[in-house]
Amino acid sequence: VSRVGSVEGLLRELAPQVLVAVVRRYGDFDLCEDAVQEALLAAALQWPADGLPDNPKGWLVTTAARRRIELWRNESARRRREENDALRTPPADPDPPPQTDDTLALLLLCCHPALTRPSQVALTLRAVGGLTTAEIARAFLVPEPTIAQRISRAKSRIKGTAFSMPDDAELPSRIAAVLQVLYLVFNEGSTASSGTALHRVELTAEALRLTRILRAAIPDDGEVAGLLALMLLTDARRPARTDAAGELVPLAEQDRTRWDPGAIAEGVGLVTRALSEAPSGPYQLQAAIAAVHDEAPCTQDTDWPQILGLYELLAVLAPGPMVTLNRVVAAAMVHGPRTGLDALAQADPALAGHHRVDAVRAHLLELAGDPQGAKEAYEEAARRALSVPEQHHLRRRAAAL
Amino acid sequence: VKYLILLLHNSASREMFTSLPPEERAAGLAVYEALTEELVDSGELVMSSPLADESLARRVTVAEGRTSTTDGPFAEVKEHLAGFYLVECKTEARVLEIAARIPEAEFGVVEVRPLMDMSGFEG
Repeated sequence: VSRVGSVEGLLRELAPQVLVAVVRRYGDFDLCEDAVQEALLAAALQWPADGLPDNPKGWLVTTAARRRIELWRNESARRRREENDALRTPPADPDPPPQTDDTLALLLLCCHPALTRPSQVALTLRAVGGLTTAEIARAFLVPEPTIAQRISRAKSRIKGTAFSMPDDAELPSRIAAVLQVLYLVFNEGSTASSGTALHRVELTAEALRLTRILRAAIPDDGEVAGLLALMLLTDARRPARTDAAGELVPLAEQDRTRWDPGAIAEGVGLVTRALSEAPSGPYQLQAAIAAVHDEAPCTQDTDWPQILGLYELLAVLAPGPMVTLNRVVAAAMVHGPRTGLDALAQADPALAGHHRVDAVRAHLLELAGDPQGAKEAYEEAARRALSVPEQHHLRRRAAAL
Repeated sequence: VKYLILLLHNSASREMFTSLPPEERAAGLAVYEALTEELVDSGELVMSSPLADESLARRVTVAEGRTSTTDGPFAEVKEHLAGFYLVECKTEARVLEIAARIPEAEFGVVEVRPLMDMSGFEG
């Protein structure tokens, strides 16, 4: 969903810049963030009717600064003295040249380690993404008051935190947190099926946009490039992921002519460059795996030995139950279904009871020529699945045997 | 994954709650409040609410296009829903940990059910 050119697109693009300008001038992130939200809402109502102001960013900064004073007045009498100080502060240049460092500092603040992951996600989408509380609530299928409360708690928790770059020792772990937040937003959007949760697809576009902003701020970071590539290479398959009836189509059965070649080319370029330059990390490896899939004409002609090698590296760098399971699938594609079934039997105990294990077992039993065992495993996987389209898919597979 | 934590009441738990002296009942309520606070802070709470008395329950039946209702409480029901927490947790272990902190757990009437998601996957 591209909104480039629309008022909404412009507002989202300007949101972090306006917030940075206002925070730089007044310092209090909490109140400034509320004021910028109100300025964005005012613009969303006025601009489509009245046309764009000559200087949209300046308009937003001025409006937000005014709203901030009003909000401050409403707050409490104990702040009166500070308010007078603030009123005397000469206004800064409302339109300073954009500084990518500022946007990075803003992202880092929203993903502050004092906040839990859901709070980081909500705050990032609002303060950097310029989404409204209502939009965030709709996207995450959570009531609006819950998100509002989450954002206000998050802001009070980081109150007084300096709006500046962390030192070099801390920076890598802080950037890693931003990447996790952006990946989470992306996944939330990319697992949404088009028929049932259309508005969630927008999260995918939003995650891509914010990751591009992050990449502009730190172009030499291999993992940022890796994450952007992973998002592009995954999103490229979206048009083929559901059929005309809205049912889910697994990777192996997708019509690959419907994949987005532009996104694939950009993703492949990014990950190839990143892997040749920077030390490799989990996002680059996952992007490389996605690239191998995206460049293959079909499942049979996929370079499975390369995928297996990449999963083996990933299992060292970022082990986890899903990596284990995917490695089993790759091993089965290279060495045959029996190897996969043996590996599954010895797999991570963390996988026990997960429906994806039953789904993989079912598929491997099918390949190994045991339709009865496969049918039972598909049925068990369907019973345990927590997603409706996935359950439909698994039941179809069981019924086909 | 989103989970629904169901707080059921049976005769034993109901009797216990109604027979509590006021100060102990207040302490019990404080346990729910503290839990709710914590779940808001952690971002895991989607929503929670107690339910009104079971005598206010209504069963709706539509037969041949005509709607009729039956008033509660329903004698044949041994356990009835008294409240719920809708939470989003990373692991099942975490939601079980939350459920164990609900006072009703003492009576074995707290039930955890994962929600079905309408979204897909790509496997």
